[in-house]
Amino acid sequence: MNAVNAVAAEPGKLMTMAEAIRRFVSDGDTVVAEGFTHLIPFAAGHEIIRQQKKDLVLCRLTPDLIYDQMIAAGVARKVVFSWAGNPGVGSLHGFRRAVEKSLPHPVEIEEYSHFGMVCRLLAGASGLPFMPLRSYEGTDLPGVNPHLKQVTCPYTGERLFAVSALNPDVAILHVQRADREGNAHVWGLVGVQKEAAFASRRVIVVAEEIVEEDVIRADPNRTLIPSLLVSAVVHEPGGAHPSYVQGFYDRDNDFYLSWERLTRTEEGMRLYLDEWVYGVSGRNEYLQKLGRAAWEALKPAPRLSLPVDYGDYA
Amino acid sequence: MASVAAREIRDGDVVFVGIGLPTVAVTLAQRLHAPRVRMVYEAGVYGARPSRLPLSIGDPALVTGALQVIPMTDVFLYYLQGGRVDVGFLGAAQIDRFGNLNTTVIGESYASPKVRLPGSGGAAEIAFLAKRTLVILTQTKSKFPEKVDFVTSVGRRVGARSRRELGARGLGPERVITDLGVFGFDEGTSEMILQKIHPGVTLDEVRASVGWPLRVSSDLTVTELPEPRALALLREELDPHGIHLR
Repeated sequence: MNAVNAVAAEPGKLMTMAEAIRRFVSDGDTVVAEGFTHLIPFAAGHEIIRQQKKDLVLCRLTPDLIYDQMIAAGVARKVVFSWAGNPGVGSLHGFRRAVEKSLPHPVEIEEYSHFGMVCRLLAGASGLPFMPLRSYEGTDLPGVNPHLKQVTCPYTGERLFAVSALNPDVAILHVQRADREGNAHVWGLVGVQKEAAFASRRVIVVAEEIVEEDVIRADPNRTLIPSLLVSAVVHEPGGAHPSYVQGFYDRDNDFYLSWERLTRTEEGMRLYLDEWVYGVSGRNEYLQKLGRAAWEALKPAPRLSLPVDYGDYA
Repeated sequence: MASVAAREIRDGDVVFVGIGLPTVAVTLAQRLHAPRVRMVYEAGVYGARPSRLPLSIGDPALVTGALQVIPMTDVFLYYLQGGRVDVGFLGAAQIDRFGNLNTTVIGESYASPKVRLPGSGGAAEIAFLAKRTLVILTQTKSKFPEKVDFVTSVGRRVGARSRRELGARGLGPERVITDLGVFGFDEGTSEMILQKIHPGVTLDEVRASVGWPLRVSSDLTVTELPEPRALALLREELDPHGIHLR
């Protein structure tokens, strides 16, 4: 705690979640708050709701509960996605109400498959206008998404589908640890975090721990996001709950299961947002409200990897 | 259904698995007759050895103790598109006569659907790029229409176009496994054919839950019951709460 308080006083990229969202997320922005089941930046999503951002284009492979909440809260104009369900449980009722009945707000959708979304970010990160892929031929997706177009291979003459580059205005990425410049170590599922970081104009890194640069340098193979991409670093322990952070806390599966029942009605969704988003000032208060016992129950026993020897070449 | 699906797994297969019944089926196959089966999870895990039954596709227990953890880019580019996957498992809200699957919308209109389903996820690519697929779903007439409301994932043929003409790899769906029976496909017409019927199920029941005139194999057999060892493994270890036992 002391180390963090000490660096918090210094100017630079390290800032509170409220400040990072205020400075780097604007109305109308295309936002990618990624993390495939793992490392979903819920604390950032809640802050975006509290600041009542408008007309955001929300991109994620799996909208998950985070976009379900953001759609219901009215911050989204459009959702770009590839699988909109409650993973392992069932439906996203906030998303479905918006798409099926325009309740409480209509939301546009732009739909891909996982591979399509992966390739869109890969093209965006690589400075290419599009990426070809072997998929979609014969399916009804191109009929409902005019952004899926065919290209002819200049070498073989093969016809392939392509997706356009996705270059979001801002990526929000939760990590295990980062230094105060935003060099970030990630382990466990890495999803499309690296592609999202390189594809986006700005990156907000949200970290469980802020560490000295030496810690990063001691294990450079584990650095997924380099500081050169990063606009803001937020120290927000517990910021991915109810999703999980490998080695720090487990996915709150009971919460994901309860979401099904909780949000079957608009009223249920509103009560959740009132209590757990608008009703708290930030993640600290959210975790206090969750309670120490519930939090401790999510912590896994340690299982360390063996250290590797990088060698000293002095 | 888990034990029937397990029989379709061959030793050494690289299997692209999802959570739930597919994981149970492949683990069962691994314990019974396919010790060298290799599992790949969409979330980016190869060679998982989960210490608990994972609830979600991205469960942390899939990572701890796995052989490899990789970006999703690598899963789709190298494993699937690169041609490393032998078998993919698929589920669906609807399946048609030629094995095309719908996981996108129920209803005539995409823009204002009766039911908005989750969408493709990785299914479109698993169907397109795995060498063969196994489809598992419960069977009702509305889930087996002559024509699906939306083709999310391609089967044996789409309209007049074969997989080869679509540029899709491999065989497509090899078996469709339901709570009533097991289906294969006619190599010539690409049409679904009932091959096995589960004990206690009548042919009329199966016909009544299919939305087209169903073809029945001339050597229709009754599905073999799970061997005692398989049942014991399912009941005691792999599915102790009976979530997937039917």
